[in-house]
Amino acid sequence: MMTPRGYAGKFLDIDLTNEKITNTTFPEKDLEQYFGGRGLAAKILWDRIGEKWREVDPLGPDNLFIALGGPMTGIYPGGRICISGKSPVSNGTVGSTASTEFAHELRTAGYDGVIVSGRAEKPVYIMVTEEGGEIKDASHLWGTMGEETIKLLNKEVTRVLDSKKEIGLWKEPGMIYVGPAGENMVRNACVMTKLCHAAGYGGYGSLMGSKNLKAIVAKGRGALPEVYAPEAVKLLWKRAHEHLIANDSFRRQGTGYGGWSTATSYSSEPVRNWQDEWHDERSFGGPMFETRFWVKKKWSDFNCTTNCMKVACVKSGKWKGAITDNPDYELQAYCGANFGVFDPAENIHLSALIDNLGHSGIGGANTMGFAAELYQRGILTEEDLGFKLEWGDAEAFDKIARLIAYREGIGDVLAEGTYRAALKLTEMKGVDCMPYAIHVKGIEIGAHGTRSDADFLAHDIGYAVNVQGGDHTSIVRDGYHELSGAVFADSAVYCSFARTPQELIFDYAKAITGYPLTIESWRRENGPRIVTLQKAFLLLGGPDVIWEPIKDDDNPERFYAPLPTGPFKGRTTDRKLVERRRLAYFETLGWDDRGIPTKETLNRLDLGYLEKSMTGLR
Amino acid sequence: MTSIWIVRDYENCSGCRRCELACSFHHEGWMWPEASRVRVFMPFPGVEVPHLCAQCDDYPCVESCPVDALSVDADTTAVIVDRDACTSCGACYRACPGTVPFLHPADNKATICDLCGGDPECVKVCKEAGYNCLRLVHEGMSPNRKLFSRNPIEVAKDLAVKMFGEKGEEVI
Amino acid sequence: MVKPIWISRDYDACSGCRRCELACSIHHEGWMWPEASRVRVFMPFPGLEVPHLCSQCQDYPCIESCKFDALSIDPDTDAVIVDREACTSCGLCITACPGTVPTLHPGDNKANICDLCGGEPKCVEVCVEAGYNALTIVHEEPNIHRKLYSRNPVDTARDLAVKMFGEKGLEVIE
Repeated sequence: MMTPRGYAGKFLDIDLTNEKITNTTFPEKDLEQYFGGRGLAAKILWDRIGEKWREVDPLGPDNLFIALGGPMTGIYPGGRICISGKSPVSNGTVGSTASTEFAHELRTAGYDGVIVSGRAEKPVYIMVTEEGGEIKDASHLWGTMGEETIKLLNKEVTRVLDSKKEIGLWKEPGMIYVGPAGENMVRNACVMTKLCHAAGYGGYGSLMGSKNLKAIVAKGRGALPEVYAPEAVKLLWKRAHEHLIANDSFRRQGTGYGGWSTATSYSSEPVRNWQDEWHDERSFGGPMFETRFWVKKKWSDFNCTTNCMKVACVKSGKWKGAITDNPDYELQAYCGANFGVFDPAENIHLSALIDNLGHSGIGGANTMGFAAELYQRGILTEEDLGFKLEWGDAEAFDKIARLIAYREGIGDVLAEGTYRAALKLTEMKGVDCMPYAIHVKGIEIGAHGTRSDADFLAHDIGYAVNVQGGDHTSIVRDGYHELSGAVFADSAVYCSFARTPQELIFDYAKAITGYPLTIESWRRENGPRIVTLQKAFLLLGGPDVIWEPIKDDDNPERFYAPLPTGPFKGRTTDRKLVERRRLAYFETLGWDDRGIPTKETLNRLDLGYLEKSMTGLR
Repeated sequence: MTSIWIVRDYENCSGCRRCELACSFHHEGWMWPEASRVRVFMPFPGVEVPHLCAQCDDYPCVESCPVDALSVDADTTAVIVDRDACTSCGACYRACPGTVPFLHPADNKATICDLCGGDPECVKVCKEAGYNCLRLVHEGMSPNRKLFSRNPIEVAKDLAVKMFGEKGEEVI
Repeated sequence: MVKPIWISRDYDACSGCRRCELACSIHHEGWMWPEASRVRVFMPFPGLEVPHLCSQCQDYPCIESCKFDALSIDPDTDAVIVDREACTSCGLCITACPGTVPTLHPGDNKANICDLCGGEPKCVEVCVEAGYNALTIVHEEPNIHRKLYSRNPVDTARDLAVKMFGEKGLEVIE
């Protein structure tokens, strides 16, 4: 078998308990079958903790925190890192990606990824350079918000690098980090990077926090890894950028143009914890953000000309000083409409605050909306919270974001994520709170509802059978097409907003790796292999929650309630359709009618190692 | 031939770093950001600063070299490094007001923008993307160029205040 | 098949040169006549220049409002077309428009609305030529976002003012 190309060639293995650092490689077969990112992380997790999966506490030292690139990272437009591990919210795995310079800095330092096990006694950060990995004291960083973390680490790390070797000016490192929410193990907290980019789904911020790991920084000075057909890659690089430059919609509109239109046209935007999905607040339209708040309109990530980002800054009034992206649609929806907040300045502030705290702008904001509905219904009171939590009150949502991040008072319960908070509050209050918990398998649902059936992403089984639960970036279509989409992008690790024709992407992948990849082979083999492995993890679950086949492969009950307002008033998700398509999805993936992978499928996909654990479930 | 210069419109820098890729494709044959003669600094997200030689009219780098490894290209006015003569002493980047030159990650030699002989690759990709942060102008030598040889962190501090108001004073 | 067009506005890039007003009036009127231009650049405060023109709202409230059927949609460009013979200068289209875009022509007092120059807008040509790119052509289908650009230019300028000047921006426009 030929040496795989496109890989830096080694992975950094760090045991924080014993302060042991080694370099690891993986068999070529694993690289070809699982690729990188989401896929390879799943394989690593099985190899190391799969046998005892059910017992592994996601917030305990046995869990692994994994940050992987893939062979396309940095070489195809839109460099991203993929974060994974046993998810503290779903007890399965998520391939949770974020655009960041950290990704290509890691690879130019000679590493395709970092695998962290154990737990540090005191707060630490990990520094990765061509010389290897170093565990460094982070006690002065613990407690800092995102902005401060970036500022301090940029200065500190360049100073250290300069003291080791004089080269002229050292550039700042790439970095991933957690905020106070991750430090305090808020279960659905995320891993942050570049101020406003998040590896949001999966709750991996709490995993980092559980290891006392504040950040990982990387600075490389090497070239991007060698590729199989460099002249072909150079040509494809030019072509890819021609496509990106020609497509001007993100360039003009940013990624947050839907704050108004998703509601008013598609009736699929969370409004007040999904009690509604339609609104007509024009104050929340794209141009309103642009004219008053976009101080920089040409903003990109590594090697990308989609130019989808904008720098927004509130320069006057109560929330002066808030800096963030557009904001992206998900945060306009979740930290805006979902809170009943329709003022762009308030939305920018809340988005920036939530990012700075290291909350997930989807998951964490979902929990805050859940709390606000409980308050609306008198289940949570002013006494419980210490303040009123009324829809539209930006100050109140500012307070609840902090309450949860620091686990103060009832924030300690809400910090368990929407699902577990609902379980706990049901017990505490003697009232069923589960109808207000909008999640699938513990993962709070993205800002695209299924009830109108008019959303461009979300329909019937999209979340219900998704191995990544409510993760809209990996939403299910039919068990076939999306495998060469999100599952591929999450494993090759590049940004799927860098949109070029699929054929070009796969040519690019072939030219980099030399593997005989096709869209077809991903849909029939690699994709199903990765998703089936993730399904096995989900089915095993534990230690606190084990999902029930069929019953938990479903939408939340609210997604079957009729829409109360708007042009799609009365419409809702078709339950019969969900049942039919769920079965069809299982069949397409080669799972039985309860969604358990069959022996035949495991053999076909070279997943025989899962047979023992799946037998017990059939 | 009228001399050229690369204008920097910092507010237009998206941080995509295609300039780093184009430069390293041209000089190194592959994607090598840290070997690029133009390097994009980002002291705070949203505040991106391409850092490259400004061809100061008094060439302090050339003056400082103890082994005469640096010279001026008569056509383009770019600084040319004789890599065989260079001893990696660092005098040039210490002499540079903006600490622009750096030691190459492979051969450790002084690495300075040579304007690609007159047709800079970085400018082409920046223009192609529609950012127009790095633009070519035809102008004679001028003392103003020196003002662009500046520590990129200082540039970023100014940009931050312009973009964020008072908050900008706190972020770097 | 004609590709649909729309004029995208990048207000930050408007220099206030008003060549768009001149190009439009030279094309429609034969001579330089800023107040007869279908695009008019407002400047509520120096430095805050806002080109004000029809954005072809998807629901065409102006057309709906006209009692004399003087307004219609051009099937090729989606622009609003005014039948100057039928127009009675009643002003209903002006009040119906969310951004008060139409004007009464300084010459014949008829409703004056951008017709996208039949598909090749002159204002865009001169703006691109100058390198400002405040008005550029994009190819997109009619959609509801356009309505949000039909906005009183002074309100737009208020937003721009804060973005540019910070808190001071709140003080510069009445």
